[in-house]
Amino acid sequence: MSPRAACRLATLGFTQVFDYVPGKVDWLARNQPVEGTDAGTRAIGRYLRQEVSTARPEETISQVRARVARSAHRFALVTTADGTLLGRLRAAVLDDADPFRAVGEVMEAGPSTLRPNEPAAAIKSRLVDRGLTYAIVADPDGRLLGTVHPGDL
Amino acid sequence: MTPVLYPALRRLLDDGAQLVEVLPAGEYLEMHLPGAVNTPLKSLDAATTTASLDRERPVIVYCWDAL
Repeated sequence: MSPRAACRLATLGFTQVFDYVPGKVDWLARNQPVEGTDAGTRAIGRYLRQEVSTARPEETISQVRARVARSAHRFALVTTADGTLLGRLRAAVLDDADPFRAVGEVMEAGPSTLRPNEPAAAIKSRLVDRGLTYAIVADPDGRLLGTVHPGDL
Repeated sequence: MTPVLYPALRRLLDDGAQLVEVLPAGEYLEMHLPGAVNTPLKSLDAATTTASLDRERPVIVYCWDAL
């Protein structure tokens, strides 16, 4: 629909016309604010936590292990320098892997993620039903936004 | 007409671009991007656009998604 609108504006004489092709869905998935009667809808983006430890793929397990030991969680998320989510280090790997191995060699690649605009109640039910204690939230470009935890939703 | 993704959208908004949601009024009232005006595609004509938009500033249109 928006390409047609942009063309229509151009035919009406507007010379600087842009089409935000991914639209409202993309905006919401980036946890950006909205206005309107449904703006207060409870989405998981409101409940993001950012305290989970992160690691770079080139770090060693021993480096990350120390960081995770000081955190409230027993896992770490692996990202690039710009925050793109690459993988996850579960507690078992942190406990058992050779401390001198690189994170990128032993991480679980491509963990599942949610978008921040997903409804909080439905996600809470899904996490509880599956016995999960958290879910990872990322934007449409794969950048880590944080984690959500059923007790918060 | 130039397609833009989110990073370019942010730059345009920072530079004072105008946002236009072209979905029907009901969907706009429920939820829209901050500061966006609503001009549904079906009513996009010379009279409405001239009245609500500044021709000297960039205009960004959007709908629900790329489909």
